[in-house]
Amino acid sequence: MTLFRPADEKQIAEAVAWAANSTQRLEIVAGGSKRGFGRPVRAEHTLDVSGLSGIVNYEAAELVLTARPATPLATIEAELAARRQMLAFEPPCWRALLASDAEAEPTLGGVVACNLAGPRRVRAGAPRDFLLGFSAVNGAGEVWKAGGKVVKNVTGYDMSKLLAGSFGTLSVLTEITLKVAPRPETECTLLVSGLGNAAAIAAMAKALNTPFEVSSVAHLPAAAAQRAVTAFRLEGPAPSVAYRVEAVEKLLGRGARLDTAASAKFWADVGEVAPLLPLENRIVWRLCPTPSLAAAVFDEVAGRLATAEALFDWGGGLVWLSVEASEAGADGGAAIVRAAMKPRGGHATLVVASEATRERVAVFEPEEGPLAALSARVKAGLDPVGVLNPGRMREGL
Amino acid sequence: MIRMPEPDAGVLARRAEIVATLRRLVPGEGVIDSERERRAYECDAFTAYRQVPMVVVLPQTTAQVADVLRYCKANNVKVVPRGAGTSLSGGALPLEDGVLLGLSKFKRIVEIDVDNRCAVVQPGVTNLGVSQAVQAHGLYYAPDPSSQIACTIGGNVAENSGGVHCLKYGLTTNNVIGVEFVTIDGEVIRLGGKHFDAGGLDLLGVLVGSEGMLGVVTEVTVRLLPIPPGARALLIGFPSVEGAGDCVAAVIGGGIIPGGMEIMDRLAIQAAEDFVHADYPLDAEALLIVELDGVAAEVDHLIAEVERIAIEHGATSCRVSRSEEERLLFWAGRKAAFPAVGRISPDYLCMDGTIPRREIGRVLNRMKEMEKNYGLRCANVFHAGDGNLHPLILYDANIPGELQKAEDFGADILRLCVEVGGVLTGEHGVGIEKRDLMDTMFDEVDLNQQQRLKCAFDDSSLLNPGKVFPQLCRCAELNRTHVRAGALRFPDLPRF
Repeated sequence: MTLFRPADEKQIAEAVAWAANSTQRLEIVAGGSKRGFGRPVRAEHTLDVSGLSGIVNYEAAELVLTARPATPLATIEAELAARRQMLAFEPPCWRALLASDAEAEPTLGGVVACNLAGPRRVRAGAPRDFLLGFSAVNGAGEVWKAGGKVVKNVTGYDMSKLLAGSFGTLSVLTEITLKVAPRPETECTLLVSGLGNAAAIAAMAKALNTPFEVSSVAHLPAAAAQRAVTAFRLEGPAPSVAYRVEAVEKLLGRGARLDTAASAKFWADVGEVAPLLPLENRIVWRLCPTPSLAAAVFDEVAGRLATAEALFDWGGGLVWLSVEASEAGADGGAAIVRAAMKPRGGHATLVVASEATRERVAVFEPEEGPLAALSARVKAGLDPVGVLNPGRMREGL
Repeated sequence: MIRMPEPDAGVLARRAEIVATLRRLVPGEGVIDSERERRAYECDAFTAYRQVPMVVVLPQTTAQVADVLRYCKANNVKVVPRGAGTSLSGGALPLEDGVLLGLSKFKRIVEIDVDNRCAVVQPGVTNLGVSQAVQAHGLYYAPDPSSQIACTIGGNVAENSGGVHCLKYGLTTNNVIGVEFVTIDGEVIRLGGKHFDAGGLDLLGVLVGSEGMLGVVTEVTVRLLPIPPGARALLIGFPSVEGAGDCVAAVIGGGIIPGGMEIMDRLAIQAAEDFVHADYPLDAEALLIVELDGVAAEVDHLIAEVERIAIEHGATSCRVSRSEEERLLFWAGRKAAFPAVGRISPDYLCMDGTIPRREIGRVLNRMKEMEKNYGLRCANVFHAGDGNLHPLILYDANIPGELQKAEDFGADILRLCVEVGGVLTGEHGVGIEKRDLMDTMFDEVDLNQQQRLKCAFDDSSLLNPGKVFPQLCRCAELNRTHVRAGALRFPDLPRF
């Protein structure tokens, strides 16, 4: 077990090339805050890229930021805030959710590798939608790049989409270029109380179908919050937000309002899954179902797992599902959850469970047949001997 | 001139047998054999290059697509997929020894799902057809390439098409959430659906924009957005293109992302004005059109902001649309810019580089010098918000050597885009047009890595070969050389 701490891209390439030629495997970490997310990696050595940190270039007027992978998310967010900009996909940290070490710092590389997006994802997109280009080291130890440093580019295959959310299994990111966005002048959240899950999903769809640019919608059922609350977020210039809050309220009925700071805090909490915390002996699944079927998926699971609690984000497109570990059983509830999802479309990821459970159970949505074979060929095309984060997504990937 | 791969003499010799088999696989009128009818497919909208395909096949079902591809793979026959043939980069240029696989019969809107704000459509549905089909629900499909009346969703997926609104609403890739596609091996695979994100590797993300080289898309699920309640536009004249560029930077720097933001230079303004009489300011060196969409409270607020910024940045004229007719008139000239330039020159090449916006002044000045050196005129229209340039190089194909000169001029412009930190293509795709310039942006390792992805989908390089990459993929060789033989010493770097 060796811990490599390369100082630059060249040294990363050297370490990976050595591993590839010596059939040794590497676990890639930067801040290490997402080590507990995904399937446990079984590797002989650790490649700690925390030496590759810092913003390389930030041009607010171009909406483009380039940074090294270990740059703390907090650093990037502070720089952006100073120019009244932001990462539109508002990546969560999940420190409490994953119970990560207090010193483990969420980094840009981790956010991109895990494709982490917060509540605004329903309208704005995920890291995959904002990754303009990158440099990386593939599993053969070759330095390569793709994409560009401008906001509009279709030159060559869109490898950025492939790298975002690949959990470090395809290449080690060494430089990341993102599209950034102006920060809205103000925001306001409308809270409607007392809706059941199905009614809340319908209300969220109704709001998202209006032209009032509702930018986040979430439903906190009675079990998760004090009282069931369905939240609608509006952002933009003050006169516009004032008008649109009124318009949404006319549509959905009176509610309480959270002004700018309270609204931001509310959505940060939703992104961090705070309404389901603290977790004591609980297992947490992250479901991305067909949004309109979210309540039905939950009802089916809850019918078989009585301790199930949920938080609905993205208008139902994201369901956080928490279950008591003892009730979930040896498979963490996988059979029940996947059976509820399968006929309704979408995918489920086991986020919080013991290492043993995450090793035993398929953490990500299982793939079958030609799709599984294609994913394996794609992996082999980038990491031919399986050096990088082996098994992080599934056996062999 | 751009060279295409040498035709396979063996395949050409077996043409009759291949056509006969394809007729069995796609019965009825699905196989086009006569030279006269095949000629209709000899080029796409990149008309400088033409090639009559060996045979045209127009399947109607996914099963037929799978049968055709499986047969082609087994018989080493190349396949070029085609939607409406509106590619500006030669993405659908046929091959002499290849099947031209047209998806024009896949015209059905399969499902409109209002609750999930998406539609499932077949790839031969036109871009505008999607928006029209869902309009009654107050929804639309946001990417709007200027060919949207004709171009198909399948082609949009292949090219990752953009359009005027993509700064605010994204490209095709940000608005497609699922596909069904067929591999060259005839396997039918579904990626995505109505849900968010991928449950594994994001193969959908890489299929979009793969220029028909990874698979043939047979169904597409697109995300729909609510139609904005209103839009207003500003028509702003500037004494210099740099001034217009600075204004654009200030608008974005001020936190405003307009629905559309376009610049035209003097030659483009004049050509457009002569054509559509939109009352454009003919004394301006640059014309900036800014459109803001949304609820009236927001639009009115931002129109005033943009107007203020424009005046601060030296605008010589500024008109705000007072009616829907006037807004459309502002756009009429811009939307007709290509045909308008077509009226003042027998032929033109449309380029598509993207640059960091701060470089607009430098790039335009260098292009002026190139105009002198090449003795050809160049009109400029561009998507100013995202720095995507569309220089139109005017030439006359009947003058010997002039196409070559225009191509060289275009290549110089694209090299310049890369030199200042930009890219070869913002939305038209590489196709054959920019294929041989790929090495200005990417080195051999970069291109090999992209080709290894290609090999994962199509290891025999039968899908749309000769496009995008300056050299054909040799998958066996690429895989063999990937991990260098021989042990390396233990890396000499900090460890604990």
